[in-house]
Amino acid sequence: MQMAVSKLVLAATSRKSYKVLLGLRVLAFSATLSAAIVMGLNKETKTFVVGNVGNTPVKATFTAKFQHTPAFVFFVVANAMVSFHNMLMMAMQLFGGKIEFTGFHLLSVAILDMLNVTLISAAANAAAFISEVGKNGNKHARWDKICDRFATYCDHGAGALIAAFAGVVLMLTISAVSISRLAPPNKCSYSTAATPSVIP
Amino acid sequence: MVNLTKRIGALVLRLAAFGAALAALIVMVTSHERASFFAVSLEAKYTDMAAFKYFVIANAVVSVYSFLVLFLPKESLLWKFVVVLDLVMTMLLTSSLSAALAVAQVGKKGNANAGWLPICGQVPKFCDQVTGALIAGFVALVLYVLLLLYSLHSVVDPFLLQKS
Repeated sequence: MQMAVSKLVLAATSRKSYKVLLGLRVLAFSATLSAAIVMGLNKETKTFVVGNVGNTPVKATFTAKFQHTPAFVFFVVANAMVSFHNMLMMAMQLFGGKIEFTGFHLLSVAILDMLNVTLISAAANAAAFISEVGKNGNKHARWDKICDRFATYCDHGAGALIAAFAGVVLMLTISAVSISRLAPPNKCSYSTAATPSVIP
Repeated sequence: MVNLTKRIGALVLRLAAFGAALAALIVMVTSHERASFFAVSLEAKYTDMAAFKYFVIANAVVSVYSFLVLFLPKESLLWKFVVVLDLVMTMLLTSSLSAALAVAQVGKKGNANAGWLPICGQVPKFCDQVTGALIAGFVALVLYVLLLLYSLHSVVDPFLLQKS
């Protein structure tokens, strides 16, 4: 049992996967945080001429906010949650100390990473499909497109979406690395972890 | 003996997930309704929305994958690959379900700020079938999350079983 524990310790602290994981988490944290912030601050107000009373045009002010669409609210909340998860995992990796080397910790990190992958992919896709309806409209349901009138709102939303999709790819890689860290280093298929030359 | 029960449990789970994904696919594909409305005829099909098309494609991929994995022999080396593919399939399922749900929610409640009227009042049967397909998709998703946890456990097993 002692030999098995030390093998797992060596797998967890093997320098290559440690640095790779930390770097990937920094990237994913920044991507999802920027997606949440850009979409959260997404707002555009414009005045339109809605009609004519005699010779004077009648103006009305319309605002496009992200709170109007439930899919975007879910997008902001999910991205905030995933960036918080990444920050927490980074903190545990840097300051965790002894807890980092237990099997329970590694297993819970792997499972949490998998759940967060599904969360971020759901959020990004929901926002993407709603934006597609907003950009192209839908003839069958008679829904008009809104991007021709609120161009800045759409552009900011597109930027947030790109950041979220980058976050999806990064989270998938992070999840794969976390799962590969679970295996003891002597398994032949996991050659990225450093194999110990001396078993203590 | 315990191993055999676990394997049978996993097979039953995968068969159930295959059935749920297939049901979601079939119910969504067969949902169409034609409504006449003051000499304007409105036909609602699943191909009208891009999100529903994606839902159909994703569930088709998941069904085919589940069917193939059902026949994977026990000692095959591909089981490690199955963990990664299970994660990818779960991602496909969540993303397609969430996209279809987002669009269906707009169809049911409309979006007053964008000037989008709800369509469920005009084509209630279509809306009900789409709701049924989404529920089946949700069941498939839950089963797939359980399957993912099981595949992870069976590949990285017995080591972690001793630790935790």
